[in-house]
Amino acid sequence: MAYSDKVIDHYENPRNVGSLQETDESVGTGLVGAPACGDVMRLQIRVSDEGVIEEAKFKTFGCGSAIASSSLATEWIKGKKIEEAEALSNSQIAEELSLPPVKIHCSVLAEDAIKSAIEDFRKKKAAKAALDGEE
Amino acid sequence: MTLELPIYMDNNATTQMDPRVLDAMLPYFTKVYGNAASRTHRYGWEAEAAVEDAREVLAQFLGAESGKEIVFTSGATESNNLALKGAAEYYKSKGNHIITTVIEHKAVLDSCKRLEKEGFEVTYLPVDPQGRVNPEDVRAAITDKTILVSVMLANNEVGTIQPIKEIGKITREKGVLFHVDAVQGVGKTPFNVQEMNVDLASVTAHKIYGPKGVGLLYVRRKRPRVRLAAQMDGGGHERGNRSGTLNVSSIVGFARAAEIMMAEGAEENIRLISLRERLHRSISERLEEVVLNGHPEHRLSGNLNLSFSFVEGEGLMMAIKDVAVSSGSACTSASLEPSYVLRSMGLDDELAHSSIRFGLGRFNTEEEVDFVADLMVDKVQRLRDMSPLFEMYKSGIDLKSIEWAGH
Repeated sequence: MAYSDKVIDHYENPRNVGSLQETDESVGTGLVGAPACGDVMRLQIRVSDEGVIEEAKFKTFGCGSAIASSSLATEWIKGKKIEEAEALSNSQIAEELSLPPVKIHCSVLAEDAIKSAIEDFRKKKAAKAALDGEE
Repeated sequence: MTLELPIYMDNNATTQMDPRVLDAMLPYFTKVYGNAASRTHRYGWEAEAAVEDAREVLAQFLGAESGKEIVFTSGATESNNLALKGAAEYYKSKGNHIITTVIEHKAVLDSCKRLEKEGFEVTYLPVDPQGRVNPEDVRAAITDKTILVSVMLANNEVGTIQPIKEIGKITREKGVLFHVDAVQGVGKTPFNVQEMNVDLASVTAHKIYGPKGVGLLYVRRKRPRVRLAAQMDGGGHERGNRSGTLNVSSIVGFARAAEIMMAEGAEENIRLISLRERLHRSISERLEEVVLNGHPEHRLSGNLNLSFSFVEGEGLMMAIKDVAVSSGSACTSASLEPSYVLRSMGLDDELAHSSIRFGLGRFNTEEEVDFVADLMVDKVQRLRDMSPLFEMYKSGIDLKSIEWAGH
């Protein structure tokens, strides 16, 4: 299978590989996919008090397209408000990377990873708010 | 010495043609180009003589009694189709049951599927975690309706060599025909149709450093005489078993490849086993969690199939584009299903996704093996550094304890 230049670029020079402290209350973690399906993405965001994604990190088990999709996703959401990041769709990723039909699921997974990280962050925030309210 | 890149290490898929084979073939394109079926002139006679010589060499290669037992085909896919469908059609009045294994090549499995649609019953025997069939399972599966047993000599993905001799004893005792898809094993592990009681055997030239597009089906003529219903109609070539003008130059090349194998194969296999072990050792000494797929001993000389846990096979192949290998990962196929062979051996899907097949061959060198081992170690480490699974494994999380959301 021939990869697009952009996939190769992200695969060879992945942006934002790494981990953030999962227990940190400003961090949201999304873990999507399954080893048995051949791809797992973990995407993490650090959100400021103003709701801006200051940092985004990923680690991915998967093919070149999966790694490129998650790398691109972190690049795009960095500096965005979480509402903007939430609006990002898989088709934008697929288009940017010129993914062939058989690889579209990689971009879907990246979108899921973003949503799941945001959801995790919101849950944490809500739990903290509830806790603060009790005090 | 500088290495020529990419390094070819996919010799279970196909092999480079030996230059000696090409030399043997060349005169048959521009000088002796007659039709081997032409009986009226020297061009035809010379072509026919070359084909008959080749038949004898190939019969000797397989331990067959006579060149008359060799039916030339376009390759092993056709040989497998002819063996299964031809025998099934010819012997259908005797019974409608066929026995094979779950890890056969698709040319056998899909021929069986078609026969099932036509009313035949097929038993697909399981294999153990190393990919071996138990001969007693074959015995237990034989009924009074069984006409044919088909088992491969060696598996193309994991290189496991099957107990052909033991199975041949059973099929002979039970009076059932025995077909062996010998494509991967012949020349690389002992194979002899007499000693192993094989009645039909498929072989192709391009896996033994010969040309693509030519193969053969061995069809036993004595004790018992095996008959087939032809699947290709036409001029009645190959004793009515396979019509079509013979591919003389390729047949000559096929025989030359077999000759070289007979002369040099034993020594070559010792060299290939040592290269394979060197590659395996060099990788597994430096990387943890590398799993050998297939059998440690009953294994094709040049085949090494490894799963690199926590790294996905296609992603890995992209990192090692200087080496031509293949993967059992789903992502390399259109179906998105990981290798059915690895699955049938009971391997977890995640390990099937992480598998790489190295196929060493005649033209690989020690320098190449060392280069590939270093490259694998480097790239697997790089990909593990970006694998969430490796991080979890390292922090002591049992990956099986997590509820993954499949997609």
